[in-house]
Amino acid sequence: MRRVAIEPLGDAAVLVRLGIAIDEATHRRVRAAHASLTAEPFPGVSDIVPAYTTVTLHYDPARVDPEALSRRVRELVEQLPEELALPSRLVRVPVRYGGEDGPDLAAVAAHAQLTPEEVVRRHAAGEYVVHMIGFAPGFPYLFGLDPQLACPRRDAPRQRVPAGSVGIGGTQAGIYPIETPGGWQLIGRTSLVLFDAAREPPGLLAPGDRVRFEETRA
Amino acid sequence: MSAEVRVLRSGLHTTVQDLGRAGHQHEGVPVCGAMDAAALRLANLLVGNPEGAASLEVTLIGPTLELAGDVLLSVTGADLSASLDERPLAPGRMVHACAGSQLTFGPRATGCRAYVAFAGGIAVPPVLGSRSTYLAARLGGMRGRALVSGDVLPIAEPGACSRALAAAVGRGRCAPWRPAAFAGDTAAVGNAEDAIEVRALRGRHFAALTSPARGVLLGGDAEWFTVSGASDRMGYRLEGPALALEEPLELISEGVAFGTVQLPPDGAPIVLMADRQTTGGYPRVLEVASVDRRLLAQARPGTRVRFREISLDEARRVYIAREHELARLADAIALRAR
Repeated sequence: MRRVAIEPLGDAAVLVRLGIAIDEATHRRVRAAHASLTAEPFPGVSDIVPAYTTVTLHYDPARVDPEALSRRVRELVEQLPEELALPSRLVRVPVRYGGEDGPDLAAVAAHAQLTPEEVVRRHAAGEYVVHMIGFAPGFPYLFGLDPQLACPRRDAPRQRVPAGSVGIGGTQAGIYPIETPGGWQLIGRTSLVLFDAAREPPGLLAPGDRVRFEETRA
Repeated sequence: MSAEVRVLRSGLHTTVQDLGRAGHQHEGVPVCGAMDAAALRLANLLVGNPEGAASLEVTLIGPTLELAGDVLLSVTGADLSASLDERPLAPGRMVHACAGSQLTFGPRATGCRAYVAFAGGIAVPPVLGSRSTYLAARLGGMRGRALVSGDVLPIAEPGACSRALAAAVGRGRCAPWRPAAFAGDTAAVGNAEDAIEVRALRGRHFAALTSPARGVLLGGDAEWFTVSGASDRMGYRLEGPALALEEPLELISEGVAFGTVQLPPDGAPIVLMADRQTTGGYPRVLEVASVDRRLLAQARPGTRVRFREISLDEARRVYIAREHELARLADAIALRAR
């Protein structure tokens, strides 16, 4: 892999920058770097957190010399091949669109100048890739939304978004794993459990997984 | 002497915490854990526990607890006028309490968060490797929530070190020693706490601030901010001079840390605390030095905060110095238990 930038994030984390835009090539580099860093534990590093363009390593400042950590990270990541075949699961997500389950379907349709049926058809026609998990436990940021379905977040976030809500936030698609406050446009809801602390792993989805939505009435 | 703790009154916001749920941030799970981790560690060391045992984090207005069974307990962190059966218990004290005793709290004297450790530790079931309470997802701790009156906290069987300390102190007695050596506990959370100076490193987007904003944050005459009422375990909002960027930045979400100071578009900075999300997309203007996280943890709405620049090397040096102080204290306590 080409030369990467490693930046301090305070005195207890470093951030490895692998790209500058949300795209598939950067996503693959992030996945490869995350897999490689996770497979070679560095004593004193507690968390290795992939995001769209970065991997963040959190460490104990009493145990880790950040320069030594950065050198080790650079060695590992820069020796990775530019293209690495990584496994990718396909997960089908049944969704009840519209109505109480998707209170913003009409608003998204109006914004896209499409019928609600066409919004559902396009949303369920796409194949999405989980680019990162963030915001809440198990919350997948999905890449691959039909550009015409892109829709700004709500002006006022909802205080309670039900677990399983399927949403659109700008050009992103996502699924709320737990009930939280949230500002995305909600177009449907799934009965799949996206996060269960008693499960191993607790999250249904991980970066690199592919997602297809399927309309269901049940 | 396995014990239980009965919650007669819950206090304002009392939660079970340990050192947090590390190792799950890649699954979007916040770390949580004690806001003032050093105070929690100290509380545990005082009763002979492993330093990360689950304890209570008490916020501003303390609970009333009844002990069912003899138990060694300690109180550290903020001085919220703790008493055991109406005998005052200063922060940093350990007591071998008898069954039926009541631990109560009174007016706040200093700080914001006190920690109560029980020998053996609070034995709620661990979730994803931690007993800390994560309120937003309602997991960990006492059924994922703050304590309510009527709760009964199970306490695990104390280990050998706790049993030896209990024997050395004697039933119903307060330990005659207290960790004066640990300057961190009283001095840092001391009396000048209505205005705190917090050491911070430049954040990634510090240079994108306007020149006046840079001066307000880290200049020779850095200005004071005030911790707003809209502050909690997720983050502290700071009110004060509005900060601006030279030009708006469109950022992509990436990792954030305990002490990251974000700048949302309204210009009022937010310091991310124990229950912060794992990633964030706002400009990061400062990163609070790990050693000074606890100053913020002990700040409360109305506390004035000013930042002072520290280098990465210096931040690490002072952090390690405090770790040595805690290690010396742990050794001294182990000697008492011989």
